[in-house]
Amino acid sequence: MKLGILVNEGPYTHQASDTAFQFATAALEKGHQIHRVFFYHDGVNNATRLTEPPQDDRHIVNRWSKLAEQHGIDLVVCVAAALRRGIKDEILAKGFRISGLGQLVETGIQADRLVVFGD
Amino acid sequence: MNETTGGVDTQEESSGAVKKFMFVNRRAPYGTVYALEALEVVLISAAFDQDVSMVFLDDGVYELVKGQHTKAIGVKNFSPAYRALEGYDIEKLYVDAESLAMRGLTVDNLLVPVEVLSAAQMAELMDQQDVVISF
Repeated sequence: MKLGILVNEGPYTHQASDTAFQFATAALEKGHQIHRVFFYHDGVNNATRLTEPPQDDRHIVNRWSKLAEQHGIDLVVCVAAALRRGIKDEILAKGFRISGLGQLVETGIQADRLVVFGD
Repeated sequence: MNETTGGVDTQEESSGAVKKFMFVNRRAPYGTVYALEALEVVLISAAFDQDVSMVFLDDGVYELVKGQHTKAIGVKNFSPAYRALEGYDIEKLYVDAESLAMRGLTVDNLLVPVEVLSAAQMAELMDQQDVVISF
């Protein structure tokens, strides 16, 4: 199955990004495809390479980057939501790109299921 | 980037597929950014010629209430945008009956014409959708 994922909450404050990541990993293991992961609302904060969690904690941002590299997943950050929150091209972590909300709608059209993670 | 279609060339991407998209609004219009950013997605989705509907339930019904004045909280009043939805051919607006009643509201308090549905009707409508995005 071709899956789209929407992450609506920021890292560490909220479980959404963790659960989305675990879902994506499990889905890939089962042989499903991830069409795209779209980051919206505070979810855009998952994309900054300035993130530095304590060493004994998971690195949510790098974890997404690594997953994207391994499986060729498109990680897209909403431009309007990103600019509101100071997320710009120059601070994006590897594998992320900034684009418009149309990418989210397109994922809804192209994917067999769009799975939303947030409150 | 194409501004109106949010970074997607709709001519190129057009596969002729029309899906039923439902945007579920559950939050008060101010206090969090969810309602405003939900509206932004809805407006973009209009460019994709999809079958779009919006649902308002729980505190989301407050998004449609007439006479919003936000000057005192220093936040932009974006409620006039709901009136503009018609111009984008987004005319399927559904409101949960119980959410309205619990808040002492009726359709007369709302900015735009809506269809009021019971929870059972709402569930049935959701079941018919291809994509449900909840904010």
